[in-house]
Amino acid sequence: MSKWRRLLLVNLTAPVAALVFAFAVSSIALLISGNSPITAFARMWEFGTRLDSIVSMVNKAVPLYLSALAVAIGFKMGLFNIGVEGQYRLAAVVAAAAGAAVTLPAPLHILLIIAVAMAVGGVWSGIAGLLKVTRGVHEVISTIMLNFIAFNLGAYLFSNYFRERAEEGGAGVQIPKTPEIPESGRFPSLNPLVEAFGFELRPGLSLQGFVIIAIIVGILYWLVVNRTRFGFDLRASGINAPAAQASGVNAKRMVVRAMVLSGAVAGLVGLSPLLGFFYRYTLDFETGLGFTGIAVALLGRNHPAGMALGALLFGFLSRSSQILDLEGIPPEVVVIVQGVVVLSVVVAYEVVERMVRRQEARAASQVMGDQPQGPAPAEAAT
Amino acid sequence: MSVSPDAVSPPRRSLLDRLGPRWAVLLLGAAVVLAILSTVRLITDSQALTSSGTAAAALRLAVPIGLAGLGGLYSERAGVVNIGLEGMMILGTWFGGWAGFEFGVWWGVAFGVLGGALGGLLHSIATVNFGVDHIVSGVAINILAAGVTRFLSVVVLTDLPGGGATQSPSVTGDIGSASVPVLAGGDIFGWRSPDVLGAIEDSGVFFFADLAGLLRGVLGGLSWLAVIALALVPFTWWFLWRTPIGLRLRSVGENPYAAESLGVRVYTMKHLGVIVSGALAGLGGVFLVVESAGIYKEGQTAGRGFIGLAAMIFGNWKPTGTAMGAGVFGFADALQLRSNDAVHGLLLFIALLAALGVFGFLIRRRLTPAGIMALMGGGFLLWFLQTDSVPNEFIAMTPYVVTLLVLAFATQRLRMPAADGLQYRKGESG
Repeated sequence: MSKWRRLLLVNLTAPVAALVFAFAVSSIALLISGNSPITAFARMWEFGTRLDSIVSMVNKAVPLYLSALAVAIGFKMGLFNIGVEGQYRLAAVVAAAAGAAVTLPAPLHILLIIAVAMAVGGVWSGIAGLLKVTRGVHEVISTIMLNFIAFNLGAYLFSNYFRERAEEGGAGVQIPKTPEIPESGRFPSLNPLVEAFGFELRPGLSLQGFVIIAIIVGILYWLVVNRTRFGFDLRASGINAPAAQASGVNAKRMVVRAMVLSGAVAGLVGLSPLLGFFYRYTLDFETGLGFTGIAVALLGRNHPAGMALGALLFGFLSRSSQILDLEGIPPEVVVIVQGVVVLSVVVAYEVVERMVRRQEARAASQVMGDQPQGPAPAEAAT
Repeated sequence: MSVSPDAVSPPRRSLLDRLGPRWAVLLLGAAVVLAILSTVRLITDSQALTSSGTAAAALRLAVPIGLAGLGGLYSERAGVVNIGLEGMMILGTWFGGWAGFEFGVWWGVAFGVLGGALGGLLHSIATVNFGVDHIVSGVAINILAAGVTRFLSVVVLTDLPGGGATQSPSVTGDIGSASVPVLAGGDIFGWRSPDVLGAIEDSGVFFFADLAGLLRGVLGGLSWLAVIALALVPFTWWFLWRTPIGLRLRSVGENPYAAESLGVRVYTMKHLGVIVSGALAGLGGVFLVVESAGIYKEGQTAGRGFIGLAAMIFGNWKPTGTAMGAGVFGFADALQLRSNDAVHGLLLFIALLAALGVFGFLIRRRLTPAGIMALMGGGFLLWFLQTDSVPNEFIAMTPYVVTLLVLAFATQRLRMPAADGLQYRKGESG
């Protein structure tokens, strides 16, 4: 079997099979709850493919994609950064406060906010990297712990230092929030682009400009991983750490660098909604993007294009499910799709890969002819 | 085979080991800690620090953490890392809340345990049979459990009286509780026995009042579910370290290929460990529903599965250590709920504990650690003197900081199962 055919088989069969399985499971869930899966999915498709929905889907996909990229950087070298969740939330609250505290000319202001967010994320996951290389603490455990420390630290900073104080002495309930980021710190939307194509968006909706940053980071990720010395060292350490070390890769430095880089990208996750929509950090700032990012990275197998598709799929699901409420169908059914897809996609990759390997072994044994000696090829290959 | 029950602990003798038998050292340590706590109570005049009310609350908060931790123990002893404890706990809360309302509280317990075990089964099929990375599967289960319960809530709970999209109606029935007679004022066949510990606690005498307070909190008004949870600690030790099946389960976590060569059914053992793990996490979830809230609420577990994992690591993958870790984390939680004064007093407690550590290091002439410790202790003393309250967020992050510190500075003392988290495929050893 040619290399390409094999790649295509593994990388396409598995996610498709997993998706089919996930939709089957959620169909059963819908049937049991007395709803028609066909109506549900048909309505979702019809609603989800409208222009407004597509814009909204892209907006939702951007943070997920960045989160997946952050996770993938770690994966590439065999590190599991579960801490994206804590890194982006801490970064978002600090960046929101920093962005509101200063006034600068537009591009500088945005750059400053981005730099602050990346620095916070990088430092926070760098702690896990340092703990790993100096004290041998496994990064999964340390990033889990750092997640919870980050949530609480973020909450502490927010309620004691960052939140907007009630000034005019006005009574009434005030929702805790950071001061608003001035105009110069907001990321411009891409609405002019949409309109240039002759489309009209409903008022209040805009295609967030941060999608450009996500695309740039995705391309950079591909370039760095596949076309630089650093990326080569990264992948080599991930595939065979002792061999990489023997060939002169400084393993410890690579761990810290990979973690810092991963965290820096994680810092960007919250910026898309922050700079493109809310302009401030509030208590109901979206959570869970870090964990969903892990799912997207698994779905896309750490490939920049695959992860982009995964992020768009998740964005589509969460957007299109909103219509289900009108039909009296619980929109939460898509959470089942997402949860099942994560688990089944890894199982599917595993199964397909085993199948391909066995097939190759069989093919190889046929080419070799029927030599009587030698072990059963199918067994030897697994 | 290299894995015998006692080969696990290395024969490294430290200063502590030379003091006497292990239990005596532990007892002495506990007494010293209690004496310091008592001193702090007298200095800061915060009675809540060691009152029976605090102890009771600490126990109530520690039990779910401890159950999750014990759950993690079964799984990791069988060589499967279980990050999915949180998700299994969530399943436990939902099924516990729903069945607790529909059929009564004990059915709730049974269903919660089953729900958690179901999560465990999923994890074990994915990791053991399909060879999925343990962490990946665990993360997926956490995501899946949150999704499934949300969906189930919308479908099932919204139609029930008092239920909604994020919560169940009240659990019906009562678990029942008991107090130990004579010591904590329990009844013996309707006769109200004296409350000896209560009397001592009220006296306020140094050390004894504190001891009595803590004991009374644990012995009085104890729910049957808590009794079961407490009994599970020695049971786990006995099961894993003193029965043939426990030995097999642990051997699978240490060296599955060696176990396989001796005829141990490795897959079965791993499945067993992970399913029991889920069941215990589920029980922890039910405990939250039944004892703390009386209903299922979305987000009720609030990361306790992860704290349980932390407690297990803190406890060096051993039942008593896990229980102690859960106790410490529960105690910090309870103080936060009951009195900020007492939490503030804890700063002084840490400072005094550090002073003791400095003393210990000085005896052994280890100047650098002594210096670091002195600096830390001084910092906490300064913090204590300069402020009069501790932000709640800092208390909430304590378990995680403590675990990180333990991992960073006591790694030589920690020993996880040798094949924990590694992939095993039948017949691969060649």
